[in-house]
Amino acid sequence: MASMNMVQAINSALDITMERDQNVLCLGEDVGYFGGVFRCTAGLQEKHGQHRVLDTPIAEAGIVAAAIGMGVNGLRPVAEIQFADYIYPAFDQIVSELARLRYRSSGEFYAPVTIRSPCGGGIRGGQTHSQSPEGIFTHVCGLKVVMPSNPYDAKGLLISAIEDDDPIIYFEPKRCYNGPFDGDPDKAAQSWNGHPKGEVPEVYYTIPIGEAAIVRPGSAVTVLTYGTMVHVAEAAIERSDIDAEQIDLRTLLPLDLEAVAESVQKTRRCVVVHEATRTGGYGAELVADVQEECFWHLEAPIQRVTGWDTPYPHAFEWDYFPGQDRIIAAMRCALEV
Amino acid sequence: MSARYHSKLRIPEAPFRPRENPDYSFLHLPSPEDVAKPDCMADADTIRQLAFSMVRVLDDDQNAKGAWDPQLPVSELLEGLRIMTLTRLYDDRLFRMQRQGKLSFYVKCTGEEAIAVAQAMALRSGDMLFPTYRQQGLLLARGRELVDMMCNCISNSRDNQKGRQLPSLYSWKEGNFFSVSGNLATQFSQAVGWAMASAYKGEDHIASAWVGEGSSAEADVYHALLFASAYQAPVLLNLVNNQWAISTPQTVACGGTTFAVRGLGFNLPSIRVDGNDLLAVYAVTRWAAERARLGGGPTFIELFTYRAEGHSTSDDPDAYRPKDEWHSWPLGDPVARLKTHLIQRQQWSDEKQEELEYTLTEELTEAWGEAESYGSLQDGPHWPLSSMFDDVFKEMPAHLRRQRHQMEM
Ligand SMILES: Cc1ncc(C[n+]2csc(CCOP(=O)(O)OP(=O)(O)O)c2C)c(N)n1
Repeated sequence: MASMNMVQAINSALDITMERDQNVLCLGEDVGYFGGVFRCTAGLQEKHGQHRVLDTPIAEAGIVAAAIGMGVNGLRPVAEIQFADYIYPAFDQIVSELARLRYRSSGEFYAPVTIRSPCGGGIRGGQTHSQSPEGIFTHVCGLKVVMPSNPYDAKGLLISAIEDDDPIIYFEPKRCYNGPFDGDPDKAAQSWNGHPKGEVPEVYYTIPIGEAAIVRPGSAVTVLTYGTMVHVAEAAIERSDIDAEQIDLRTLLPLDLEAVAESVQKTRRCVVVHEATRTGGYGAELVADVQEECFWHLEAPIQRVTGWDTPYPHAFEWDYFPGQDRIIAAMRCALEV
Repeated sequence: MSARYHSKLRIPEAPFRPRENPDYSFLHLPSPEDVAKPDCMADADTIRQLAFSMVRVLDDDQNAKGAWDPQLPVSELLEGLRIMTLTRLYDDRLFRMQRQGKLSFYVKCTGEEAIAVAQAMALRSGDMLFPTYRQQGLLLARGRELVDMMCNCISNSRDNQKGRQLPSLYSWKEGNFFSVSGNLATQFSQAVGWAMASAYKGEDHIASAWVGEGSSAEADVYHALLFASAYQAPVLLNLVNNQWAISTPQTVACGGTTFAVRGLGFNLPSIRVDGNDLLAVYAVTRWAAERARLGGGPTFIELFTYRAEGHSTSDDPDAYRPKDEWHSWPLGDPVARLKTHLIQRQQWSDEKQEELEYTLTEELTEAWGEAESYGSLQDGPHWPLSSMFDDVFKEMPAHLRRQRHQMEM
């Protein structure tokens, strides 16, 4: 075991998979010599060779297209899109090509591509360094979508993602790279050092894609979270004295509906939390799933806590960010009836 | 353990990396007299050489030479020097303020000032600019108030973008300066559409767009070249080759030739110019603007320069390129070069430059004080919080009114 932050855990997962399998290679903007603007690929080019960690041209569509071609020709490319906000130039390659290749060729062709991309706000990044576009990708059939919330999960899930034969969008909540963030910007930054999920085996291990984790068992209300919001909700629950059961979904698609339903059938109440905007967001899907599976168990309307339906503002970041107070209010609302 | 490969994949390399001695003597820099100046309506096919060569006016000794010398009056040269100096001091000030926590982020254009300043001088005020985050000199040259630029950077109550944008992503409608997007290259092709509309309406205004050499990899750039060529839109397509895209050298984006040659495939006049020479940049821009206004269509321009400082306040350039590589850059510092040129013509002096810098520094100090009096990023005052929901649409739909109400509870 070693103490790792999320950047180091991701780096370790890449290092180990590259060591084990020559077919794994990384590509993306600034990932090679420099090791990535968030340092996730630091040292990998030096260790594994220039041809295994490619500094690409600034062309996200080109990066994903090249990764598809490499994948079709037997490699397991891990593409980095520098910010989730810059994934859109690659949208057509992801939606029309990567996601559907296996289906349209009836399994003759497929591309085992992993696309890593830092997402989420809380870093004063304004509207082009803060977005959470996961819901756009869960809507596309043929993509698996993963978002870890801590170093331990980040490493195990990334290794699983790289080894998976299906395309995976792996979002990294960048506000939690260096430590868990509970939503209070005025508090001194926390580090992963000393956090149980910051203890990461240096060796190979996997966490299966499609399995949620219970962050905190409870009986009063189920709180569904992922990414940065895991830590914000955890702090909110602690502050509220509500005996909530909190789930970290970890994989958004395929969803661990069994774990979700089991919890909600027990607590009979549910709050869904995400940082992304509300309308048509992944939370809406969760609400629909929960209602289909648990309708007769529910005691109250399911609550949603999300970012507002505006682009991510610069000055009003903390009024936009769904913080602890809004989560507590939503839990109380779910408990009122 | 799977296969071991003997890779034959070719990897583009940076010319120099940290701890290496940068030596750019391999660059072929023609002397100003070696580059002919064609008529501005010349057939693109007959001036292909300009894409491989380099238009220069100031020679190695900073004397103005050759056919491209725009023969600008001294007063204009002095104005160019003033705005370039202001741009550099403005950048230094805002960079320092970022380090003090007053801005979230900042991007300098140090070493590249001649581009924005000369191009703004060579265009007309009615021409529409589609800049990148590194062309703040356009605003200064068009007379944007310092206070307004600063308020924009600290998202306060007087910020014309209502606190929504990162610093360096300006917008200024009255100055015909388009709102800068954080997404690279997207505006390059939009500028062509703007120019097509200008031609459609029978007007004389032209558009001018900028893109970095790194960003020139995006497909938008090829959309721009093709649409501009197909419709002969009155637009200047400027590619700023400052050698580095964050940590990535231009070799990754280039393919072993000049960037300017890309325009040739679309049959566009394509010109490479010394971007650290205000006179040369002015001359080429003027040539292209005249061509566009006379109905000659678009021009593709590669401005050859060097990014003297880190990519932004979030960057550490010493990790990927030699320290002080800029000092080995054979095309020098645009401010120093113009200053030397004017001194040699007995139109300026080191003392006058010092005086100018002193006055501009005072102006900046005063402007910063005034800007802060309208609020700071951290403590405000900002725009009213409820304004967060404005401008998503022209009129606010019910769901946003509901959310605004919820937020205010
Ligand atoms: C579509 C998109 N991809 C990636 C980024 C992240 N990014 C911001 S600036 C930059 C480098 C741009 O380099 P270049 O075009 O050479 O311009 P320079 O910064 O050197 O002026 C990158 C990769 C972005 N803003 N937008």
